[in-house]
Amino acid sequence: MSGMSGTALAGARERRVSTGGIELCVAELGDPDHPTVVLVHGYPDSKEVWSEVAERLASRFHVVLYDVRGHGRSSAPVPLRGGFTLEKLTDDFLAVVDAVSPDRPVHLVGHDWGSVQGWEFATVARTEGRIASFTSMSGPSLDHFGHWIKKRMTRPTPRRAAQLLNQGVKSWYVGMLHTPVLPELAWRGPLGKRWPKIVQRAEKFPDSSYPTASLREDAAHGAWLYRDNVRPRMRRPRTDAYAHVPVQLIVPTGDAFLSERLYDDTERWAPDLVRRTLSAKHWIPRTRPDQVASWISEFVTAREEPAARAPQQKAPGRHADRFGGRLVLVTGAASGIGRATAFAFAEAGARVVAVDRDAEGAARTAEMARLVGAAEAWGECVDVSDEQAMEKLAAKVATEYGIVDVLVNNAGIGLSGPFLETTSEDWKKVLDVNLWGVIHGCRIFGKQMAERNQGGHIVNTASAAAYLPSRTLPAYSTSKAAVLMLSECLRAELADKSIGVSAICPGIVNTNITATSRFAGVDAAEEKRRQERSSRLYGLRNFPPEKVAEAILLAVVKNQAVVPVTPESKGALWMSRFTPRTLRRIARLEPRL
Amino acid sequence: MAGATKQRTAHDRAGLSDELRGFREVQRLAYECAETVAAQLRPGVTEREAARMQRDWLRERGVRDWFHLPFAWFGDRTAFVNFKIPLQFFPTGRKLEPGMPFILDMAPVYRGYAADIGYSGSLGLHPVQDRLMSDLRPHRELILEQVRERRPLREIYENVERLMTRQGYANRHRAYPFGVIAHKIDRVRERRWSPTAFGFGTQSLRGLAADALHGHREGWSPLWSPYRFSDHPPQPGLWAVEPHLGFRGTGAKFEEILVVTDSRDPGESAFWLDDDLPHVRRWAEEKAA
Repeated sequence: MSGMSGTALAGARERRVSTGGIELCVAELGDPDHPTVVLVHGYPDSKEVWSEVAERLASRFHVVLYDVRGHGRSSAPVPLRGGFTLEKLTDDFLAVVDAVSPDRPVHLVGHDWGSVQGWEFATVARTEGRIASFTSMSGPSLDHFGHWIKKRMTRPTPRRAAQLLNQGVKSWYVGMLHTPVLPELAWRGPLGKRWPKIVQRAEKFPDSSYPTASLREDAAHGAWLYRDNVRPRMRRPRTDAYAHVPVQLIVPTGDAFLSERLYDDTERWAPDLVRRTLSAKHWIPRTRPDQVASWISEFVTAREEPAARAPQQKAPGRHADRFGGRLVLVTGAASGIGRATAFAFAEAGARVVAVDRDAEGAARTAEMARLVGAAEAWGECVDVSDEQAMEKLAAKVATEYGIVDVLVNNAGIGLSGPFLETTSEDWKKVLDVNLWGVIHGCRIFGKQMAERNQGGHIVNTASAAAYLPSRTLPAYSTSKAAVLMLSECLRAELADKSIGVSAICPGIVNTNITATSRFAGVDAAEEKRRQERSSRLYGLRNFPPEKVAEAILLAVVKNQAVVPVTPESKGALWMSRFTPRTLRRIARLEPRL
Repeated sequence: MAGATKQRTAHDRAGLSDELRGFREVQRLAYECAETVAAQLRPGVTEREAARMQRDWLRERGVRDWFHLPFAWFGDRTAFVNFKIPLQFFPTGRKLEPGMPFILDMAPVYRGYAADIGYSGSLGLHPVQDRLMSDLRPHRELILEQVRERRPLREIYENVERLMTRQGYANRHRAYPFGVIAHKIDRVRERRWSPTAFGFGTQSLRGLAADALHGHREGWSPLWSPYRFSDHPPQPGLWAVEPHLGFRGTGAKFEEILVVTDSRDPGESAFWLDDDLPHVRRWAEEKAA
């Protein structure tokens, strides 16, 4: 047995539980009177994989972790062959649960092989009444997996064949692990030596304290997890593998080993299912501890206190799996696209901060957001062009609501009129809001995101004017072109931190931007007339801001770089690439207002 | 609101003419029908059945002609989601489910008087629609106030729309034919045979067409729309006003008759025909609470 690295689970109480000739090393954190959450690790891991998550859960729950047999400081069965069957692992789990929470059922959380085990625990009859809920990450039930493959083998439509192929490619290592001796040699030899570096780099672990020193033995022993279980279960998957507990399924979209499609049929097996999607790779307990811990907390709390369950069911919107419980900040949220975006995120169950210089409008947005399903919503009165106010806002948001997961820099103002009649005052005003507002937002909130190092997304509202030259909107177009390029550059820079950046180019959308636009070079009466006229024209076009909001959510889900929304915006983008000369010709026309 | 307390309404008005009393009677009858049918709606009832229930109820009470046949919209059809053509307004086979909002809209003609009303409700609680209904109140006040100020109808339309936008809602009456927020309504000659075309009573359509012709010559229109033909001060007569709010798949409206006269006294120049209607009572209760 190799020793545990000392710092991984600070303040944990340890005990040993014996079961069937094995000694399991069990660690506990938090008050034993609180609901018990049992965290089961995967392969090649030890319980320390949960250190970040456990730390975050310890204040509210009785957190229990144990090293699976043959891993970490638990002893290994002799002989190894046949010692890792799911039946025996279920014995281990029940022994641990009986020791740490003899009277109350526990909330089970599993990652990777821990989740594969968890599915077994949650679907076999003998654990009934011992488990209150199950949160699964990156580990399907082998039985469900078996049925999934069978279904696709028996009727291989092109799509199903593609899905099979895709998962087959991702499962390459499973075959390798079935060869005798070689995996053990590799893990005890060169692979074991290099693995920490490989996994830290590939998965972008925030620090180098994990994997722990026991890795080589863990990985060598753990090969038997595959050899003892995969073939029998794939050949004859259980047909009664229905979960008897509520299940929360957390799916990272960038998992190198498991396809998202694997979970398509999960509803069939788990009637009470909550889906969560996360833009991350395989090891989310290391790379996304905040989000993982908060979803576990929310799920467990809802099962412990049924009254608190309402908000989860309130959010039926699209992408609820992706944005449920996440913190979204939208600027310019008192009207138009910003407001519609806040509502769209609210419908997906996000927590929404609506920022605008119109305090009343922002408060109203927050109020309505709560009504349509936001877990929580706040209105904040801030002028985005005011750097200090933005700094203050960021500090307040970070301390009171948390680090922003999705930032939408949407606030903007219109300015129309020929360049030669646009004063420097006009220029300053439009650049202050449209460009500096975005810069402040990206800099201040983006910095917080990057420092947290757990991913995130920034959406900047640019415009079709960013690539569409015209003689009527020189200042506005310039500001938006800057936003577009800023977004592209930032996207390159923040990719390392798993922070996505999208630029949205809406086009002509029916919002009040026209009613508040400045028209340079004309008197007040004429300006008013043009505002009304352009408002009417935009009203006739009548493209609803709600559709832009949908595009924004989709841009975050798919991590798109540049998103033109209206047909004219798409057309203009196409023309700017392929027929720029025509576009320049059109730019010379002077529209009558 | 100072104007609202002083506001003179039809039922405390001693000298309400027989004609107005006739219109008030049919409007009340229609609202009674809406409330009765709404109370009878159960899960599984379809829009067609709900429309049929309104029609039967009113026929039993002597209604023979229609300005338009009863409509019923359930669920996101209350907000006219994805409505592209007018045929989509007609009742469908959609079934009512618990927690669904609905709107009943009917325009019966009774003893030669026409009314056009809209009634919003939900099967069980619906916080969003509740909120929409509460937020319709300032619209009723705004419309009356601005009609009394004799502002052009098009301008009032835009001001109502602006208020909706500020509230965070979409203007859904824009989905109606010609995008109208209101239309004129008038007496209808009683005939033994009163056919309908596309859900509209032919007698009423004729009246509307005659008005349109007159109006076209004189520079006004019986349709209160966002377009240039509505760019005129309110025309004396009876207007069925129907602001319709939409918010993310939920809609709410009311519809009732606004009386516009050529009186110079602002209070007399325009008033709501009846203040004893479900939505008005509901606001009064909210205020009291």
